[in-house]
Amino acid sequence: MSTRRLDIEEVGDVTVAKFVDKKILDETNIQIIGNQMFGLVDEDGRKKIVLDFSNVEYLSSAALGKLITMDKKVKAAKGKLRLCSIRPEIYEVFEITRLNKIFDIKTNQEQALEGL
Amino acid sequence: MPKPEQFDVVIPSDTAKGQEVQERIVSRLEQLDFPPRDVFGVRLALEEALVNAIKHGNGMDPSKSVRIQWRIDAESVCVEIEDEGPGFIPEEVPDPTAEENLERPCGRGIMLMKSFMSRVEYSGRGNRVLLEKRRNS
Repeated sequence: MSTRRLDIEEVGDVTVAKFVDKKILDETNIQIIGNQMFGLVDEDGRKKIVLDFSNVEYLSSAALGKLITMDKKVKAAKGKLRLCSIRPEIYEVFEITRLNKIFDIKTNQEQALEGL
Repeated sequence: MPKPEQFDVVIPSDTAKGQEVQERIVSRLEQLDFPPRDVFGVRLALEEALVNAIKHGNGMDPSKSVRIQWRIDAESVCVEIEDEGPGFIPEEVPDPTAEENLERPCGRGIMLMKSFMSRVEYSGRGNRVLLEKRRNS
């Protein structure tokens, strides 16, 4: 059993998943985080999910790949996914790769929960 | 100005070993008071380049290694990473920001390296990359 890499909180009918790690870099780590994220949709059948990045200081392109797959899974399940609390350097990574166009990104958790 | 520091390290195709080198370089930049955005960019670029070398270049083959040479002074850091793989043609990597590629889960590493570093150059058969970051004031 691997350690939990996401802190899960239920706010109404929304699942808020907060990344525990500061660095989402290492390949093995990304694999585990990806599986735990996908489990929210594939196993738990959750439909409304907010991914909270407050703890995240670094994130690589491999992690972006997992987020794209997660977005596809949520869309396929007719659910909604929002990202929030992304610090400026990381947001720049989303901008450079134009992924800010794909993801619904909100400034903080409060805004992410609004109207979801 | 202090003399530039130079290092030459050979690691096995193991991302954990790559991370150790990454940490050495980044810690030194922090000691030299490089701005946080520079340090962020170097760490990200090193991560992408090392994963490319270990995973895509050497195919995680334990019999193959990655050579990392770097030079650091107060104004810049220059890192060369060479794998034993077949190499590739960087120009042939599809643009990850093109509309049709936006939802592909891979192919963003080189773009991030180029965005955050001052210079990125491939040489050899595409199995060697040079990454340079000059200090931002």
